[in-house]
Parts: sequence; structure tokens; C-alpha cells
Amino acid sequence: MVDDFYREEILDHSQSSPYRGRLDRPDLVADGVNPLCGDRIHLELGLAPDGTIGAVRFDGSGCAISQASASMLAEQLEGKSADEARRFDRQAMLDLLGIPLTPARQKCCLLAWKTLQKALESASSTPAPTADVPAPCPRH
Amino acid sequence: MSSSTAPIITSEVPAPFDPWSIRSRFPVLTREVRPGVPLVYLDNAATSLKPWSVIRAVQSYDTEFTANVHRGLHTLSEEATAAYEEARTSVARYIHARDESEIIFTRGTTESINLVALSFGRTRLQPGDEIVLTALEHHANLVPWLMLARERGVVLRYAELHPDGTLDLDSLDRQIGSRTRLVAFSGMSNVLGTLLPIAEIVARAQAVGAATLLDAAQLVAHGPLDVAALGVDFAAFSGHKMFGPTGIGILYGRRERLEAMPPVLGGGDMVLEVHRDRAEWNELPYKFEAGTPPIAQAIGLGAAVQFLAELDWDAITAHQQQLVASAQARLASISGVRLFSAPAYQNGGVVSFTVDGVHPHDLAQILDRRGVAIRAGQHCAMPLHETLGIPASARASFCLYNCQSEVESLAQAVEYACSVFHRSDSRSPNAARKSPADG
Repeated sequence: MVDDFYREEILDHSQSSPYRGRLDRPDLVADGVNPLCGDRIHLELGLAPDGTIGAVRFDGSGCAISQASASMLAEQLEGKSADEARRFDRQAMLDLLGIPLTPARQKCCLLAWKTLQKALESASSTPAPTADVPAPCPRH
Repeated sequence: MSSSTAPIITSEVPAPFDPWSIRSRFPVLTREVRPGVPLVYLDNAATSLKPWSVIRAVQSYDTEFTANVHRGLHTLSEEATAAYEEARTSVARYIHARDESEIIFTRGTTESINLVALSFGRTRLQPGDEIVLTALEHHANLVPWLMLARERGVVLRYAELHPDGTLDLDSLDRQIGSRTRLVAFSGMSNVLGTLLPIAEIVARAQAVGAATLLDAAQLVAHGPLDVAALGVDFAAFSGHKMFGPTGIGILYGRRERLEAMPPVLGGGDMVLEVHRDRAEWNELPYKFEAGTPPIAQAIGLGAAVQFLAELDWDAITAHQQQLVASAQARLASISGVRLFSAPAYQNGGVVSFTVDGVHPHDLAQILDRRGVAIRAGQHCAMPLHETLGIPASARASFCLYNCQSEVESLAQAVEYACSVFHRSDSRSPNAARKSPADG
């Protein structure tokens, strides 16, 4: 049965996301928790030599909205520059999920996005890797 | 209906309670959640709906006799004070307290229990003294004791549950000992619905000279409460779970206990005399009621108690058990549903459950769109969910105005949620518009 809120796309992303998993050598890692629901997201980003986001994986548990949002965000991020990722704001995340959410459920949708902000913050506090000067992995 | 498993067989069968005889008294029950979607309210353990008598009582204070209590000599103040104290008398009579001095108005169950922890706990308990709780306590009857344990070195011990959600009295016997100073326990679980054997617990506490605190927040909406017969030292409950307003609650305490306890909050009304260097406390119960109380809400609680006092509780108890039994049976018939609730004959009206593959929050959202209001999460009982080994649960909680057709609405909405989440198509389960990059 198809529900107009839990659309096929959202269920697919939450139940069988190709972005669920771990990277071998992630450059940026962050964890997020929604204490109200107990939703958890672990986000890993791999950066290409030119600083663009090469690969994204997430892991976690929680409601369909939190998990689908993480998967859809991962899909959006791959191939984007760090600046583009930073410009992807709160409203863009809510628009990406594309269903009307009450304030309580918006927190579920925004969990992965908030986790991304943490990951990007950790990136800006360490020198970005460049092509000619290999930088150490910031997570060491 | 699980009457075949009930241990008590009564010769007299009460006349069945018809919830429709009472539903018209609750205006919220007539609303639609959205146009064409009637409300099926199954979140009574969180808060109950209010009858017109309560609504009008609260309104009367604001429209007829707005004034502060215990202070003015003018007519309005006298009327407000009389209504406020009449509410206290109603509560005292309803729960069989000896008199009004044993009834303290608080903001709710949480504040009532905190009052006992901050006053009795801080002055009567020494490092190494033990407080015995049960594994099913609500955070309101847990966190105040954790705070006291941290502050005073008091030790907390927990009586465990049987697999069916009832209290293991053998475990309780192992926890209660010579160092036990207080046994604080819920009369009815807000997650499992379990009705606890209060008399047995009190007897065990009294055998070692320990005080008892009954968290009656859930219990009080599901049957009469007789603190004299139960013999508890303290009982705490909230107005809003017993068809009264929010922001008002009760701490019942045996007079001897309350007299020996210092006040917690200082201010107006709780003092007899104040000088620059000292103050003398007011008599009970005012010693524990500093500042202007929630007057309208107290008057509303008085009306709620009058509503409860007029009910035929034998018939309502049978009605509530029937709702629980049919909800348990109907939900158990749905593939993937796991039930977490006490057997109907020991259950005050709560059925918690999980559905494989559907997070409780998603379930609650789908049910809401069909007008069915339930709660999802941990229901302020994280340690109990850890014991059950589940991160969260969905909870349907019934009370006297719920009816059998609402059980069916619940079950059908759960079946619908299953059909949405358990898709049986053979399409490739990959919705991503593009392939992910390699790790």
C-alpha cells in the first residue's frame, strides 16, 4: 500500500539505502543523537584531493524520517564542494525530504543535516588537504 | 476478555458500563482531528480529557470570584478561599485521608515526590540508607531519588519484574532489608499497565520500619484510592491524569510524617510569623504551600474528584479490563506486533507494543493521520525500556470513556502502518537516483 506521507522514495531510502555503511578511510566523521526520539546518525565523508566530497556513508538507527533524511542528504552531498555543502541550509534539507513535518518531526529530518554541520566544522578547524601537500587525516 | 484467567471470581456480575453514557461530558471527544477524521484518544496515560464540570469550575474562578486565597477580607477573596479549601476537602474525603491537613497542593506528581525527597529524604536519610524502587518506575519516581543518592550517599535498590510485567515479590523481599528507609513505588505502570500489589508491598516495608511512597499518577484515574486502607505514608498524583487541570497535583502525607518534615519552599502563606532574624512555619498543610497557589486549577481538581466519586468503579474496572484484553488479543493477531503489557486482569488500562520494521514514531505518525492518538517513545521510563531490551515502544492507554470501536480503529490503523512499511513488491529496493561513490 502506498501512503502519501511515507512515500516509496522515503521508505526505500530508510529501509535499503545504498549509502548505509562505512568508508575505509573517512576524512570527516561526526555523530548526532536526537534525545527525544533516540534517533542516532553516524556520518562519514571522504574528501577528494581537490577538497570535493567524494563519498558519503552513514549508519544509525531510528525512525524512517531520520534514516531517509540521512540517505537523501548523502546522495545530495557526493560530488559537491565543501562550500556547496556549507550552503546547503536547514530549509534545503527540509525541502529535500519534501513532506510537511510538524516541529517534532523536523528534528528527525534535520538530525543528519546537523551531524553534517558538526563534520564540516571539524574540517574548517583543520587545514584542508591539498593536491601537493598531503595533510594528515584530521581524525588521527 | 480474559475472565477465564482472572484469579478472583465474583458472584455478582456488575451491570456493564456504557462509555457512551459519559462521552458527551467530554467536549474534546466530539472534535475531528482533521475534517472527516474523528478523534480516537488513546493517550490517557499522558493526560486525560476534561469533563465540562471541570472546565466550568476552572472558568468560575476567572469569571466570578477572582481573588487571592487566605489573604483578603473582601467577598471575592472569601469565595475564592472557600472554593479552594472545598477542593482540598473533596480530595481528602475521596482518598480517605484523616483530614485536610494531610492534603498538600503541588504542581503535580513530580513536584510531590520531589517535595518528599527534598524534605523527608534530606533530613531523615543518612549515607548508606537504602531506598527500594521497582524496575518499572517513571522518571518522576526515580530521578529525585537518584539526585538524593548523589547528594547524600543514599543507596537505591530495585525490585525486578516477572516476564509478564508483574512485580516479582521474591525480588522485592531480597531488596528490602534492615537498611531500607523508604519504599517508593508506582501503583500502576505507565508503560505496562501493571497494577502493583500495594498492600503486599506496604506490609513488607512496614515489617522493617520503612516509610512508603505511592506514585498514584496512573492509578488514581483507574479506580478509587484509599490511603487509609492501604496504609501508605505518602501518595502523589496529578490533576491532569484524573480528568482535572494541568499544573495542580496532590501530595498526601500521614500527619505524623508531615509534621516532622521541614518546608522546602519559603515565602508567603507558609509562615505564621516572620522577623528579621527568624520565621515560624505555618501549620499543615500550609507549611508546604509557599506563594500564591494555582487556585483555579485546585478548584478544577475538586470538580474532577467529584466526577470520580460519582462513578460505579466495579463496572468501570470491568470495562477497562475488557478494553485491554480485546486490544491485546486484536494487536497480537497482527503479524510483527510484540506486546509489552501486564495481563488484563492485573492491568489498569495500558497496552504497549512494538511492530517489527516500523519505528514507534513512524507508527504514531501514521496512526495520527487516521485520528488515533497514541504515544511513542520511552514514556519517561528509560530504565524499564532497557530492561525490556527495546529502544522505544508505542503505547495505547485507555480510560473509562474509551469504547470497543476505538480498539478496532487502533488495530486497523496498525494494520495499515504494517502494509505501508512491509511492502511485498519485488521491485529493486534501491531508490537512489544515482549510484553512491565507492568508499
